[in-house]
Amino acid sequence: MRYEPLNLGRWIVWGAMALVFIVVPLAFSGGFALTMLIQMGTLIIFALSYNMLLGQGGMLSFGHAVYSGLGAYLAVHTLNLIGKGAFPFPVTLLPLIGGFAGLLFGVLFGYVTTRRAGTTFALISLGIGEMVFACVLMFPGFFGGEAGVSTNRVVGQPFLGITYGPAIQVYYLVATWCFLSIVAMFALTQTPLGRMANAVRDNPERAEFVGYDTQKVRFLQLVLASFFAGVSGALSCINFEIVSSENVSALRSAGVLMATYIGGVPFFLGPILGAIVFIFFAVALSGFTKAWLLYLGLFFVTVVLYAPGGIVSILLMQIPVLRAGRLRELLWPYALAAGAALIAMVGLIGIVEMVYRLSEQGASTVLNVFGMSFDARTTAPWIGFALILAAGIVALRFASRLVGARWGAIQQDLLARQP
Amino acid sequence: MKGTFIRAGALGAAAALISFGAWAQTIKVAYIDPLSGAFAQTGEQGLAEFRFAVDRINASGVLGKQKLEVVPFDNKVSPQESLNQLKRVIDQGIRYITQGNSSAVAGALLEAVNRHNERNPGKEILYLNYAAVDPAYTNEKCSFWHFRFDANSDMKMESLTTYMAGQKNIKKVYLLNQDYSFGHAVKKAAREMLARKRPDIQIVGDDLHPLGKVTDFAPYVAKIKAAGADTVITGNWGQDMSLLVKAGKDAGLNVDWYTYYAGGLGTPAAMGEAAAGKVKIIAEYHSNVANNKAAKWDADYRKQAPKGNPDFYFLRGKIMWEMFAKAIIQAKSAEPKAVALALEGMKHEGDLGEVEMRKSDHQLIQPLYVLTLVKSAAKGGPKEAKIDMENSGLAPITDARLEAYTSATATSCQMKRP
Amino acid sequence: MEFFLVQTLNGISYGLLLFMLSSGLTLVFSLMGVLNFAHASFYMLGAYFAYQVSVKIGFWPALVIAPLLVGAVGMLVERFGLRKVHKYGHVAELLFTFGLAYLIEEAVHLVWGRLAVEYRVPPELDGPLFQIMGSQYPIYRGFMMLVSVAMLVSIWLALTRTRVGLVIQAGLTHPQTVEALGHNVPRVFMLVFGGGAALAGLAGVIGGNAFVTDPGMAAAVGPIIFVIVVVGGMGSLAGAFIASLLIGCMQTFAVSLDWSLGGISVAQAAPVLPYLLMVLLLIFRPTGLMGTREG
Repeated sequence: MRYEPLNLGRWIVWGAMALVFIVVPLAFSGGFALTMLIQMGTLIIFALSYNMLLGQGGMLSFGHAVYSGLGAYLAVHTLNLIGKGAFPFPVTLLPLIGGFAGLLFGVLFGYVTTRRAGTTFALISLGIGEMVFACVLMFPGFFGGEAGVSTNRVVGQPFLGITYGPAIQVYYLVATWCFLSIVAMFALTQTPLGRMANAVRDNPERAEFVGYDTQKVRFLQLVLASFFAGVSGALSCINFEIVSSENVSALRSAGVLMATYIGGVPFFLGPILGAIVFIFFAVALSGFTKAWLLYLGLFFVTVVLYAPGGIVSILLMQIPVLRAGRLRELLWPYALAAGAALIAMVGLIGIVEMVYRLSEQGASTVLNVFGMSFDARTTAPWIGFALILAAGIVALRFASRLVGARWGAIQQDLLARQP
Repeated sequence: MKGTFIRAGALGAAAALISFGAWAQTIKVAYIDPLSGAFAQTGEQGLAEFRFAVDRINASGVLGKQKLEVVPFDNKVSPQESLNQLKRVIDQGIRYITQGNSSAVAGALLEAVNRHNERNPGKEILYLNYAAVDPAYTNEKCSFWHFRFDANSDMKMESLTTYMAGQKNIKKVYLLNQDYSFGHAVKKAAREMLARKRPDIQIVGDDLHPLGKVTDFAPYVAKIKAAGADTVITGNWGQDMSLLVKAGKDAGLNVDWYTYYAGGLGTPAAMGEAAAGKVKIIAEYHSNVANNKAAKWDADYRKQAPKGNPDFYFLRGKIMWEMFAKAIIQAKSAEPKAVALALEGMKHEGDLGEVEMRKSDHQLIQPLYVLTLVKSAAKGGPKEAKIDMENSGLAPITDARLEAYTSATATSCQMKRP
Repeated sequence: MEFFLVQTLNGISYGLLLFMLSSGLTLVFSLMGVLNFAHASFYMLGAYFAYQVSVKIGFWPALVIAPLLVGAVGMLVERFGLRKVHKYGHVAELLFTFGLAYLIEEAVHLVWGRLAVEYRVPPELDGPLFQIMGSQYPIYRGFMMLVSVAMLVSIWLALTRTRVGLVIQAGLTHPQTVEALGHNVPRVFMLVFGGGAALAGLAGVIGGNAFVTDPGMAAAVGPIIFVIVVVGGMGSLAGAFIASLLIGCMQTFAVSLDWSLGGISVAQAAPVLPYLLMVLLLIFRPTGLMGTREG
């Protein structure tokens, strides 16, 4: 028997993740907070499956919501059948049905779409996405038309007292599936298929020379990705108890693309972080301000311009510096930059909120931002916020130059130290 | 979204108060409609009018120490987002919701409210629907916890076809609708009711077009012309309505348009002169109606109306709040169940005639009007076209008043009462 | 017979409008490899700028000023946005234009509100042009066709008769070689991007008052022009022209036909047809109808 040392790091990381899943609803227990956590969990699975295509396979898809949506539709009809007693199947395992539907359509559509790569693939996926969306509205018998198909998740025999009535039970269901999916998708990246997908992404010609059919590799990758997309669709169906044309819409495909990109496409963790940030913007922020779409757009464009590897890339860049023990030198410039960014953001938020309030007909022009109230019609707050924004931008330029200089110096040292 | 930040704090306190039972000081009603995105103006219209109504009711003191309050929630016209917002509503302890834009959203909310009430007895929520007209919600999908204050699309078609039956010049009708549940309902009802009332009318065409996607209606207009229609019945709204009428004018199409929603937000302005004398609408109110007991309310509202939404549009909204307040007084309680029991079967003296909230299906039965858009008096139109719609140069005048019983269609509702 | 003629004219005029829109996109895509998701947003901006100018000054000045304004916006976008993102690859460029489309829509909401604005056809162009056996054909549609054809001719002249045009033509099929030959490719890019945006803006000026000018107009027309660019073929303006006419006529005629298949009439399926065409074409002929390169 070969002795294999216990990979303690691996156990700690996965254990910590499982612990976070278990413990987090105790900290955020309101109904709305729980629904946000559930949506985060669902989107994590969806974004990870999307990254199987984009980050690992190099396939940019504009129609990934097709697989999750069709998975959701099959799941909702199955749930209704369970409810009528015609199909005894545990609700807990419903995501498997969704995954199966995703798999089926992945095979169907994937065969034609993966024959091409690059921009052609992207446009075919866009076309198929629009087609499926149009078809959903054309066949109201199965798809329920505009209103969609409703269902009740409290059906069948309760399992160990779990009925899925209360949201907290749904949360733990989603958390379990999310954890299992993360493990599965991570494991896939370590398999030969996962590695070959990377190879096909980077250099398809060479992959062919090594003896692999690039189309087959891409096809398998898409099929597996659509399985997980279907799983996430079924979970969304259980959470909302309704599936409608939104589930296959271009907006949803765009959303998962944004979420994945914001988190970081080249990294496995990226979509997880991206999903959390995206749900925060789309669900929580929209309750506080009408300008949430603008903020999301600005944030997204900023990430594209300045951090094309996503948030995770910024975090991971710090690790070699941390290892070399030099992170402390960066703390002060980082704090300065953060402070400057905060000032700029205050100015920006002030102006944006005032603009939105003025464009909003019929609302009072008196705003309460940051605990102070002022009237958007007077010039004083405009000048004030504009000055704050300008000051923030100037400070940010100075701070970023400082960060850049320190960073450059550290990188040079690290390079010099390498053997 | 007035003073959201202050409200967030106040809501915590209010929630505690409300959860303690019937005689809470503020009765909050959640307004779940689009307040951002493409349909924001529609949502803002309802919100502005409802705030006005609630202010008036509070000022009149009819509820004694209690006050009504409208709390807006933005659902971006998405059924799933509406369910998110409903969770927030429940979290904040609000027991009443009102909504109207999109029957799809209404369907989702109705099912969610039913499920919530079933799973949480004692914490029920009541749903006041002011504009979602899919007939199903007061027929096969009816619910004790849902009240509809707008005539549903079948009822409107019943009244419209009764009027059309009396118009001898209508011989060939073309049906053009949006391809979704509402459009299907309009088309089905139109066929069935016209066949019943005027079997001699020929239906020369029946088309469905994708919702909100067609920019060029010229092909449809050419078809209508080729079929020789003199009348078009359409449930189109928004851009689909304005583009259709404009395309008709461009091609010199001479038909009468019988519509549901051509009087809506931005549509009169977009249609412009193309509509004058040709576009007819079925609605429960317009500003130039005769014997208008709501004339002063209308004028007062216009004085303080926001710039983008200058018209008073939802008389049924005013009726809804008045009946709601009346039900609270009658039930001597702000508990949804008691209020619902008081509200069903209630008769109310509305501004244009008596209205009744039918007990069997919770559908409000009210008089309706067929009106035509003409050039406003200021632009040379007839004298009674005094107040124009949204400063578009078009003003409504009455073609006919249809008494409440005309639209009172039978219902298939088998209501389960708690 | 009258019906057929009218529908043909409708189809052609709609197709020509689509061509005005997609020509800019084809040029930008072929030369720079950037699929500009914000192209339909430039169309929308053109309509709104034209509305603003026509309200203050008049329609005819708007016809000139609005496209120039949109072209300027396009050049700024290229200079300060796309150029920075270019080094991160095509995906990043695409996503940048994607985010830009969002932001432009929000900006339009803020400045002009969420409802349609009253951008009207000028009275001198309002009315029937001629009668075809009882049906009228509006002057404005004829004007639209005229402008589209004039635009096509002038692009063709510019591309084949001017020096910059020749450089652009070369860049359409061999961008790296052009760079290797020492031409100031970044400046050419900026010009082409601005030009593409101006073309979309011109389409907006013409189309905005024929149809509706509202914040949803970009999303309404966006997917179709992608289909046209793909079907016509990357790198081919002639292909875009043919594809625009093809799809314009297809959508127009699909509405008129009363055939049904399995309960769904062709008219109901009309919106799906262009995408179906695109998917089929991409599978069997990914270079498009007349394209010279794949993706």
